[in-house]
Amino acid sequence: MTSKFATLALGLAVGLAGIGLGASGASAQATLNNIKQKGFLQCGSNTGLAGFGVPDAQGNWTGLDVDYCRAVAAAIFNDPTKARFTPLAAKDRFTALQSGEVDVLIRNTTWTMSRDTALGLTFTGVNYYDGQGFMVRKKLGVASAKELNGASICTQQGTTTELNLADYFRANNMKYEVVAFATSDETFKAYDTGRCDAFTTDASGLYSERLRASAPDDHIVLPEIISKEPLGPAVRKGDAQWADVVKWTHNVLLTAEELGVTKANVDQMLKSDNPEIKRLLGVEGSFGESIGLTKDWAVRIIKGVGNYGEIFDRNVGEGSRLKIKRGLNALWNKGGLQFAAPIR
Amino acid sequence: MSSIVRAPEPARASFVNDPRVRGIAYQVVLVVVVVGLIWMAATNAIENLRAAKIASGFGFLDSTSGFDVSQTLIPYSASSTYGRAFLVGLLNTLLVAAIGVVLATILGFLIGIARLSSNWIVARAATVYVEVIRNLPLLLQLLFWYIAVLRSLPEPRNSVTVGTSFFLNNRGLFMPKPVLAEDVWMVGAALVAGVAAALVYAVRAHRRQAATGQPSPVIRATLGLVLGLPLLVWAALALATTNPISFDFPLKGTFNLRGGMQVFPELVALTLGLTIYTAAFIAEIVRAGILAVSRGQTEASHALGLRQGQTLRLVVIPQAMRVIIPPLTSQYLNLTKNSSLAVVIGYPDLVQVFMGTVLNQTGQAIECVAITMAVYLTISIATASFMNWYNARKALVER
Ligand SMILES: N[C@@H](CCC(=O)N[C@@H](CS)C(=O)NCC(=O)O)C(=O)O
Repeated sequence: MTSKFATLALGLAVGLAGIGLGASGASAQATLNNIKQKGFLQCGSNTGLAGFGVPDAQGNWTGLDVDYCRAVAAAIFNDPTKARFTPLAAKDRFTALQSGEVDVLIRNTTWTMSRDTALGLTFTGVNYYDGQGFMVRKKLGVASAKELNGASICTQQGTTTELNLADYFRANNMKYEVVAFATSDETFKAYDTGRCDAFTTDASGLYSERLRASAPDDHIVLPEIISKEPLGPAVRKGDAQWADVVKWTHNVLLTAEELGVTKANVDQMLKSDNPEIKRLLGVEGSFGESIGLTKDWAVRIIKGVGNYGEIFDRNVGEGSRLKIKRGLNALWNKGGLQFAAPIR
Repeated sequence: MSSIVRAPEPARASFVNDPRVRGIAYQVVLVVVVVGLIWMAATNAIENLRAAKIASGFGFLDSTSGFDVSQTLIPYSASSTYGRAFLVGLLNTLLVAAIGVVLATILGFLIGIARLSSNWIVARAATVYVEVIRNLPLLLQLLFWYIAVLRSLPEPRNSVTVGTSFFLNNRGLFMPKPVLAEDVWMVGAALVAGVAAALVYAVRAHRRQAATGQPSPVIRATLGLVLGLPLLVWAALALATTNPISFDFPLKGTFNLRGGMQVFPELVALTLGLTIYTAAFIAEIVRAGILAVSRGQTEASHALGLRQGQTLRLVVIPQAMRVIIPPLTSQYLNLTKNSSLAVVIGYPDLVQVFMGTVLNQTGQAIECVAITMAVYLTISIATASFMNWYNARKALVER
């Protein structure tokens, strides 16, 4: 009896100690060195969201967030294929990042204050400006979110979506019934089988999920956007160098678009006289070295995945099935919000 | 434990060699080591959480949750606290576990007995049930029931109407909700009195039968007392003042029915899945229990002139219970723990609400997981102790 108890208690203690140790491993300061040693970058990705992060039948990942991950891998290894992807449901993503299971989380994740401060995460920028919307079946005859009083609504757990939903209905004094699921598959299937009148998520997600409907044309997206969703990459707090790598990769992608440097012309651009381009491509200065990379880090990124505009177009824009307009995600000088900090 | 025959007092050995002292010393060392390890682990975890800038502690239970839950047994809204959300999830878990345990027991006993039936078709059907259900993963079955329930029910606009105030559609079953007035306590009191009276009557009847062999109409009397008494008080109140229990009827709304009481399809699917799955295991336990009662008991009972049903009810099952209860307990525990699979069909149980949404919105994984584990442990230990008590009673009564 006593010995059984002792074994149990010991097991428990060792387990708890394990939790402690696990956390200490996660807060290590040298993520970049770790990645270089491992030889690949481990990215937290969607379980499957067309345009943002989705594996095909062969296990090849595509998407805007996926290309961001490839861009970081290219900056480090000069090889965009050195990125591996861990599919994460919304409710598991932060734990996976905190525990060190992934090096970076690039998975349509909204930058909020509590996530940035209380969850041990650092957001490094906004790679997609979004907002939350609703999708309903056309035959309901609903034209506005304001008409959703009494509706039942399917949503995914552990998202800003379920919080905004509660806010919106409270603010507009409307009633609703929420049905929350852990994964996007379950959520959308429930909506598609008629469990819910409406499906809600980030507008980008609505367009991409609609493609999965049994009859996409039977659904419409309502005009209201009920929240601000700045989506962006996140890393563990406490490793400033690693945060810089991810942050400045984003700035490189934007700057390249702004300066007209593309995957196709980057080699010619190396001969450009424009001082901004010279700094971007490492012809002048040693910006890459200051964050633990090489001088030509930006060339590697652009050769690997192209600039922001190319990534956008290929995955979610005109060159894709989603056909999403640039809108807020156009560069600042083209009427949008994408504004890179200068590389100098 | 101490021996009855006293060992001859040994010559006083040195203090260090005294086995009792040594034993105590070992225990103390062990306790110190264990407590030390736990303390180290806890401080280490807290330290690391702080270093990783992750919030820790249980203060979050008092902050506003900001999310909604559809099925709540207690008042809850997005402005309630995380602590309240925890209670909502816990109650939903207990609800589905309680319904599941009762239904699975009934179904399990029926099927277990059916497997031993002399009717070939009945016995075969029961065997097929057990073999099919036992061998399919519960997760699949839950998804199947959820989709089956959803697909087979009509949209709200074409609800199936039962009577004038019961509606069935793919949002659930809607029925009138009782609204209680202040003086309803009198009806409640009548119900309590009725139950008490019925118990007294049952005990008396039992004694009378033991003494004289005369049976009494226990079932009729119980029904009369438990149902009749409160109904009488209700009617009297309704006539004298106002009706103490009125009903809120579901009405057609834009999307769905409004008002009334709603049983969500998630609850139905989860209950169905858990009941049907667990019943297959209970059936096997019941069959084994019945087979463990020697054939002579049945024959003796038949010789005394008891009919087949009476033999089963009065002779076989009571003895089989001794074999049945311990494994039955673990099935109850399994059912309760399996209810956490609710998460795949969107039923807001403890795991779905607390480990899903709350954990994610607060980021306090260690706290949420620890609380949830403590809850399941408590439920399991409580169920097990109750069943052990019941088992002990059964064992005593029978010997
Ligand atoms: N931006 C929101 C929502 C992100 C989210 O998880 N959205 C869902 C619904 S579209 C999703 O991407 N699911 C796809 C998946 O789980 O792979 C957040 O950060 O909380």
